[in-house]
Amino acid sequence: MDITAKTAGELHDLLVQKKITSTELTHAFLDRVWRLEGQVQAYVTVTDKAALKRAAEVDAKIARGQAIGMLEGIPMALKDNMCTEGIRTTCSSKMLEEFVPPYSAEVAIRLQEAGAILLGKLNMDEFAMGSSTENSRFFPTHNPWDLERVPGGSSGGAAASVAAAEAVYALGSDTGGSIRQPAAFCGVVGMKPTYGAVSRYGLIAFASSLDQIGPLTKDVRDNALVLNAIAGHDRKDSTSVRFDKPDYTQFLGKNIKGLKIGIPREYFGEGIDSDVAKVIWDAVAALKDLGAEAEECSLPHTDYAMPAYYLIAPAECSSNLARYDGVRYGYRAEGDDLISMVRKTRAEGFGQEVKRRIMLGTYALSSGYYDAYYVKAQKVRTLIKQDFDQAFGTYDVLLSPTAPTVAFKFGEKSSNPLSMYLSDICTVPVNLAGIPGISIPAGFVGGLPVGLHLMGKAFDEGTLYQVAYAFEQHTGFHKVKPSTKEVAAHGLE
Amino acid sequence: MVKFVKISRQAVEHVALLARLELSEQEIGTYTEQLNTILDYAAILEKLDTSEVQPTAHAVPLHNVLREDEVRASMPQEKVLQNAPDAENGFFRVPKIV
Repeated sequence: MDITAKTAGELHDLLVQKKITSTELTHAFLDRVWRLEGQVQAYVTVTDKAALKRAAEVDAKIARGQAIGMLEGIPMALKDNMCTEGIRTTCSSKMLEEFVPPYSAEVAIRLQEAGAILLGKLNMDEFAMGSSTENSRFFPTHNPWDLERVPGGSSGGAAASVAAAEAVYALGSDTGGSIRQPAAFCGVVGMKPTYGAVSRYGLIAFASSLDQIGPLTKDVRDNALVLNAIAGHDRKDSTSVRFDKPDYTQFLGKNIKGLKIGIPREYFGEGIDSDVAKVIWDAVAALKDLGAEAEECSLPHTDYAMPAYYLIAPAECSSNLARYDGVRYGYRAEGDDLISMVRKTRAEGFGQEVKRRIMLGTYALSSGYYDAYYVKAQKVRTLIKQDFDQAFGTYDVLLSPTAPTVAFKFGEKSSNPLSMYLSDICTVPVNLAGIPGISIPAGFVGGLPVGLHLMGKAFDEGTLYQVAYAFEQHTGFHKVKPSTKEVAAHGLE
Repeated sequence: MVKFVKISRQAVEHVALLARLELSEQEIGTYTEQLNTILDYAAILEKLDTSEVQPTAHAVPLHNVLREDEVRASMPQEKVLQNAPDAENGFFRVPKIV
């Protein structure tokens, strides 16, 4: 078996047993990146030299007989909106094309301390705004299952890199579904943790009341291992929460007999592909076989989540992205005076989707419209959160499709912003409510992966892992891999 | 209650100034149309009576996070300026303002 197909858990054992070195492993992944990137295009930057240096350090540690951590010596990659000191961090935007952060994101520091080998930085929709990775300033990332299709977004590079085994795991960020929807499209496991569970220090902000970092992995165990490494309070992020962080792997293998699963009927409405829905109902049957109790329920304000999100997220985006003024960092255009310099800088530095959201958000926050749009949306957010609170009074987890369809083709939705926005219809409410959600492989439609979406109570990622692991071990869909042809990369440094 | 209204081309130009974006004539046209489509879709929110509902800014209750006011090392000036498009003598340089 190709070493790159293995999970972090399996590779850890091989490293400890000295059957492989971290240097060999890192070479194997860099070779694979080299062979596949011509087609997949998941990486914006590959940090091969630094990766091999880190791997040699881990090997030296193992040779000295020292114990290594679960993620030590294992190659991974980060979405390119997480700052890495000394390594270009672009947000896939012209605005930050040359930006080299003077500090690292807390998640990057924690993974580095855990001994992770950073292979590079992953492509995304510009500033994490999009659902297909077509909004990258540089190039689109292709879905390893069908290169004519998008990998989802905005963490499309992260999902594609894991699906194509160009990294053992990756970190993405999720504001309205940007970890879970690409995980579903690429057939990998993607977790958006509870708001406040993982530090956002050094995550380039999009919508601060919604953004959350989380792992994309080959299986549920790896996901729990990575969350173990990155979760927990950070004094540098004032929105990070102090909570008793469990060992998330302790939930794996616990049976799900009698566990109560609610299936909100609003998530199976108009727009949900009937073949996708069928896969999800099969998943419900599998969970019942395992002893879970599942029944339909209602989250009555679901239809209002998308419009509320598309006022709140752009409003926060317009505020956060005001910092890109061509003065302190990032792109600068020439202008006769300060205002014209700033306006030209932003006109040239941002792509169409980012500008559209800045415009929408600025309008929603502008004098005379603030109450009608922004405050109204925040009140609706309260109702959506109350729906979840009520449902979780009865159910342990809620279940839905992750996305209404399988991965779509390039260009299919890019001309109509609203149709693109609707691909996040099942994931957006979770961000509004701040609760955790996970997407796991649940089957296929026409050879393309379908994601099962499980939603949990705040800070109850453990139960999500418990159910996800039981389902995964019972069905084995995570073991089906795309057959990516190998073609040498072009223009890779 | 304030009603959702249609956004005019002039309003889009005004918002572009507030957002410090320079838009082409074509972009103004496109955004006028697209913002109206999105705001039309958002108008469904008007159907909900929220007069008795408190707004949610953050899903998790957040409070002021305070710490002792201690002197600590900060980022050195050259690191702060390393990404500046234009810097001189430890300052960021910008076009003439007055």
